[in-house]
Amino acid sequence: MGSLLANNWHSFLTGFGWTILSSIVALVFSLIIGSLFAIMEVMPNKVLRVIGNVYVEIFRNIPLLVITMFFYLVIPLYFVKINGFTAGTIGLTIYTSAFIAETVRSGINSVDIGQMEAARAMGMTYGQAMRYIVLPQAFKLVIPPLGNQFINLVKNSSVLAFVAGFDLMYQGNAIASQTFDTVNTYIIVGLFYLVITLPISYYMRHLEKTLA
Amino acid sequence: MQNWIDAYSAVNLKFLLQGLWVTVEISALSVIFSMIFGSILGIIRYSKIAYVSKIVGFIIDIIRNLPLLLIIFFVYFGLPSIGFKPDTIPAAILAMSVFESMMVAEIIRSGIQAVDIGQMEAARAMGMRYTQAMVHIVLPQAYKKMIPALVSQLISLIKDTSLTTIIVVPELMQHAQVIYGQNANYIVPMYLALAILYFIVCYALSLISKVVDRRLA
Repeated sequence: MGSLLANNWHSFLTGFGWTILSSIVALVFSLIIGSLFAIMEVMPNKVLRVIGNVYVEIFRNIPLLVITMFFYLVIPLYFVKINGFTAGTIGLTIYTSAFIAETVRSGINSVDIGQMEAARAMGMTYGQAMRYIVLPQAFKLVIPPLGNQFINLVKNSSVLAFVAGFDLMYQGNAIASQTFDTVNTYIIVGLFYLVITLPISYYMRHLEKTLA
Repeated sequence: MQNWIDAYSAVNLKFLLQGLWVTVEISALSVIFSMIFGSILGIIRYSKIAYVSKIVGFIIDIIRNLPLLLIIFFVYFGLPSIGFKPDTIPAAILAMSVFESMMVAEIIRSGIQAVDIGQMEAARAMGMRYTQAMVHIVLPQAYKKMIPALVSQLISLIKDTSLTTIIVVPELMQHAQVIYGQNANYIVPMYLALAILYFIVCYALSLISKVVDRRLA
């Protein structure tokens, strides 16, 4: 295993880098998009609520692979040619944003309604009350589940391998098919994933215990 | 130009539904296996048996934090080099069952933890053994609480079967790829069909789960 790593460290590290980049870009955008849809889902306006709900239900119930392949194959047919990394990261962002919307929405709902009422009674507008009173409390509640979403996101970024996204899984497959040392290659790939996911997983469990 | 009429010919639709059936079969078998192994592992982890629970817990944490796709590759391309060569469908079921067992184990463990400790103590005080109290008192209450989490795990399992297309398991995603592989003008219709079919199955399950949850609560 040592020589396998020594001979291919450049590919492994490149893959690791693309995996991290894709995960972080998708995290940032899916946090923004997910929070927007979560807020839409709790708005007094019925039309916005329905739009938010439809978005979340659609993208939570379709496989990530279908979404990713759609972007990879269909966007080039009508618009611009996009590479696998971009298509994969867009797919990841949309898929994850639906889950984040759901998480943030349940966070907002679990903030006592009295907080919103009190803020409105103090003369704040709905937007102010949401921004300064409800959302800060909601985000504190949703940190552990958001951490778990990030772990899922890192694991899910392996779909980039389907669209030649140069990520860890893709590089691992390339190395496995060159060296024929499939078992050890996949073990090394697994260790790289665990370097990211395990610490977050343990930290989130610790947070859950201390916040509870 | 995308050809919608020919893409949705009777032959193609039938082929897609055959794929959907394989998806359902793989999901059903994986669910059964992972419920059994997951429950056992979850209880072992919860029970705090010296060393055993720690080791089981560590294995659960490792596998849960790996991508399912990696486990599929490992089972299908890795295991043959150490003398075990499963066919595509058994490989898919094995990989999914291993991964989902760990997910279920974690759900079971937190479900058991959510049952008031007084239930176990009362059952023990009534003279029940630990296993009796677990099987008859704690687990039935735990499963009731876990239904939403277990169903959403089932939904992600069904979605994840699409990954097995990479080892050419003849499931829904793979059948769609075969169809648009013959004619590039079928790509958009096929992805629309995939989205609709997966959505119907998964959304129906989530609706059922909501109803069941409301009945039991």
